[in-house]
Amino acid sequence: MPEILVRAGGQAGDGIASIGETLAKSFARMGLHLFGLNAYQSVIRGGHVWFQARASPERVYSQGDGCDVLYALDANTAEVHLPTLRQGGVVVYDPEKFKIDPARIPVGATALEVPTLALARKYTPQSILQNAAGMGALAYLSGIPLPLFQQAISDSFGRKKGEVVDWNVQCAADGYAHAKANGSPNLHAASPAGEPKLLMTGNQAIALGAAAAGCKFLAQYPMTPASTIMHWMAAHSREAGVVVKQAEDELAAIHMAIGASYGGVRAMTATSGGGFSLMVEALGMAGMCEIPLVVVESQRAGPSTGLPTKTEQGDLALMLGAGQGEFPRAILAPSHPVEAYHAAIQAFALAEAWQTPVLLASDLHLSESYATVDRSEIDLNVPVPSLYLNPTNGSAGEYLRYRYTETGVSPRSLPGQRGLQWIAASDEHDEKGHLISDVRSGIPLWVEERSKMMRKRMHKLEGLALDSAPPVREGPEAADLTFVAWGSTIGAVRDAREILRGKGKATNLVHFPTVYPVHVPQTLALLEPAKRTLLVEANYSGQLGRLLRTETGLVFPNRLLKYDGEPFYPMEIVARALEVLRGG
Amino acid sequence: MADSASATVAPTGPPLRMVVGKSDVKPTWCPGCGDYGVIAAVEMSLKKLQIPVEEVVLVSGIGCSSNLPHFLNSYGFHGIHGRSIPVAEGIRWANHGLHVIVTGGDGDGFGIGAGHFIHAMRRNVKLTYIVMDNQIYGLTTGQASPTSMMGHKTKSTPDGVIENPIDPIALALAAGATYVARGFSGDVKHMAELVANGIQHKGFAFIDALSPCVTYNKLNTFDWFRQRIYKLESAGHDPSNLGKAYERSLEWGEKIPIGLFYRAERPTYEDLEEVLEAGPLAKQPAGIAGKETLLDDFR
Repeated sequence: MPEILVRAGGQAGDGIASIGETLAKSFARMGLHLFGLNAYQSVIRGGHVWFQARASPERVYSQGDGCDVLYALDANTAEVHLPTLRQGGVVVYDPEKFKIDPARIPVGATALEVPTLALARKYTPQSILQNAAGMGALAYLSGIPLPLFQQAISDSFGRKKGEVVDWNVQCAADGYAHAKANGSPNLHAASPAGEPKLLMTGNQAIALGAAAAGCKFLAQYPMTPASTIMHWMAAHSREAGVVVKQAEDELAAIHMAIGASYGGVRAMTATSGGGFSLMVEALGMAGMCEIPLVVVESQRAGPSTGLPTKTEQGDLALMLGAGQGEFPRAILAPSHPVEAYHAAIQAFALAEAWQTPVLLASDLHLSESYATVDRSEIDLNVPVPSLYLNPTNGSAGEYLRYRYTETGVSPRSLPGQRGLQWIAASDEHDEKGHLISDVRSGIPLWVEERSKMMRKRMHKLEGLALDSAPPVREGPEAADLTFVAWGSTIGAVRDAREILRGKGKATNLVHFPTVYPVHVPQTLALLEPAKRTLLVEANYSGQLGRLLRTETGLVFPNRLLKYDGEPFYPMEIVARALEVLRGG
Repeated sequence: MADSASATVAPTGPPLRMVVGKSDVKPTWCPGCGDYGVIAAVEMSLKKLQIPVEEVVLVSGIGCSSNLPHFLNSYGFHGIHGRSIPVAEGIRWANHGLHVIVTGGDGDGFGIGAGHFIHAMRRNVKLTYIVMDNQIYGLTTGQASPTSMMGHKTKSTPDGVIENPIDPIALALAAGATYVARGFSGDVKHMAELVANGIQHKGFAFIDALSPCVTYNKLNTFDWFRQRIYKLESAGHDPSNLGKAYERSLEWGEKIPIGLFYRAERPTYEDLEEVLEAGPLAKQPAGIAGKETLLDDFR
C-alpha cells in the first residue's frame, strides 16, 4: 500500500500542532486518507512535541511505523527521531539553528538543509515565520501541490487577513522552491487521489455525532483529553442549538446533564478518568431514576493524575463498576472518528430508548488523533423524535412513572406536561416514584416491591444487549491467529493485519463496538472456533480479557499489553503476533 | 406563563389548571419539626401565585428536609446528597418556562454542596433555593453541621464544636445572590411571603429558613429563636443597600434578623445564554439536519 509518513517535531510553543494540522488538511484535500498523531506533553512551553501525518490512497488506521520526511525544529527532535527514518527518508533542518552529525543519519536516508530563519527574515524578524519555510520544503518533499498547500496555510488563519498571512503563504513558496532546487521528492511522495475528504479528531466526531443525535445540552469541566469536545461544541453552540456549560467541577457537570435530561432535552457530559471518578455517584442516580444520559469517558494514562497527555485503556473496569449497587448501563467503544460519530448517535438512541446511562469510551489516542472521513460516511439528517410523549397509563388515570412493563422501560413524562407529575427519586421507590426506603422499608409487601423494581431496571440490560452493536469479526473466518481488541487499539491491529497479510499470515480480528453488555452468544460464536487468540489492550491487566472471561468463560493466554502511555505501533503488534504464531 | 412547556403539549390530564397542593404521601418528619412550617410556606406561596402544578419542579438532595418534594404534588427530583443545585440548573436550562424550587438542609447545601451553592449564585440562575437550616444533621441522628454554633455538643463533637459556623447570608451576599432572605418556620405567613417574592424574583433567590430540629438540636430551639428574632422590615432596613445587608448579615446572637436582606436586578444566566433566546431548549428543534456549514471546520 503506497503511503507517506511525514513528521515534524520541536518544543511546545514552536507551533508543531499547527504545522501538523496544515499538513494533515492538505493531504485530506488531495483526497488521501490520513491518520495524524499529535504527541505532546503536559507543558505549554518547552519539552518535546511532535506530529506525524500518515497519508495513503487507502484508509490508514494508525500513525504507522517510522517516517519518510522529518522536519526537525530543534536538535532534540533530530536526536530522538532520526533513527525512525525509513529507506529513502529525508530530514529537513536549518543549520543556522543546530548541526546534525552526518554519522547519525541512517543508511539510505539523507538530510536537506533549509535556511528557514534566513528565508523568514526576508519578511519579518519574528522567528515563528521560519515554520512556513520549513513546511514549504516538507510540502515539496511530500508531493503536496504548492497552491493547495498555500491555501491550507491561509485557511489556518481563519478569517484573518493581512501581511502576516501573506508572509506565511509567500515564505512557504520560498521553502518549497528551496527544496525543489536542492532536493527531490521522497520516493513515497503522494499524488492527488480524488475528492477531498473531511478531517476530524475523535472528539470532534463525538461532538458532531452528539449534535446530530439531537443533543442540546453539554456540561463539562476541562480535562485532557476530553476538553476538545467542549471546545468544538462551544464554537458551534449557536448553529447547532446546543447549550454548552462549563461547570464548576465534574460533580456539577454530570448533575446538570441529568437535570437537563429530566427537563426534556438530550444531554451529555464528557470527561477523563479523574473527572469520571467524581461522576460515579451521579451515574448511579441516573440509573436509579431511569434518566437517559450520555457520558463520554476519554481515558488517559492513570492512576491518579497519571500521564495527562498520554493514552491508555485503563478505565474499563472503572466504567463497568462505577456506582454503588447494580443498575443497567451500556459501554460503547469506537476505534476511529467515523465510528465515533456513529457511536455518539447510537449512545443517545440507547440512552433514550432504555432510560439509563450510556458510556461512550474513548481515549486520548482516539480523541485527539486526526483521521479522514468520507463525506458519504456522515449523515447529518438523523431523525430526532420529540421527547414529548403522551404516556397514558391505562384506565386508572393515575400516571405511574415507573410502571412495571415487559421491557423494563416505563413511559416517561417531562416537567410541564399536565397531569403527569412524578418525582425522580434516588431512593428506592415504587411505581409512582414514592420512596419505599423509609417508613415502608422492611415491610413484607415493600420488600417484595424492592425486588420487583430491581428486576424491572436490570431487565433493561437484556434489551440493551439486543439493541446494541454485536461483536464484529474482520478478516477471514479461518485464520491462524485471531486478534481480540477494543477501542482505539483496533486501529493499529488493523494495520498490523495488513502487514501480516503481506507476509502470508492469515489473521482476523474480533472487536467489540459494544463492550458492555457483553453479547455472549455472538462472542462465543466468533471466538470459540479461533485457533489461537492474541489479546491486545493498552492497560496492565487485560481488562477486556477479564470481562470476557467472566461473562463467557473464554481465556486469553496470549497477550500484548501496553501501559507506557504511547499508542500501539503496527510493527510491535506484528512482532508479537509472529511470536505467538511460532508458538511463543 | 406564556412560554411554559405545557403550551405545546397535548393536554392529557384534567382540563382545569391545578395549583400545587399536598400529595398522597404524608410527611415523615418528627412531630413538631420546623420543616412543617417551611412546607406550609411553600404550599401557601405557590397557591398565592396560582402557578399551575405541572410548571413547578421541586428539587432536593438528601436529608430530612430533602424529602419535601414527595409531600407536594408537583414535578420533583429527589437526588443525591449535596447536588440538588446543579440538577436544578440543568432543569432550568432545559426548560426555562418552569419554576424550579430547590429545597434542602444546611448539611446538603452548605456542607457537601457548598461549591454548587456559590457558583449558582454568581451565575444568577433563576432558582428559588430554600435551605431548611436546623444547624444539625438530623437524618444521620445528630452530628454537627456547617451552621452548628461554636461549642455546640453533638454526637460528632462531644466536647463542643471547635470551628466557626458558616454565615449563609453573608456567603450568599458575597457570592452575588440577587435575592437574599431569612425566614423562621415559627412564622409561616412571613416565610410564605419571602418564598413567594423569591419565586417571582428574576434571578437566584436564596432563603435561609430557620427550621429547628426538635429531636437532635436542643440548643437552637423554637423558643431560642423566638427570644432573638426581629424583622428587618420593621427595623427600617433598606434591601437595596448591599453594605447594610452585610452589616445585618453579621448579626447572630442576642438579636437575629429575619426578612429580606438584599434584592438586586441583574440579568439571569438564562438571559445571557444566546441559545436560549429562541425559547425553552426543550421546545427548540433538535438535531442538525441540513446544517452542512457545521462541516466547514473539517474541510
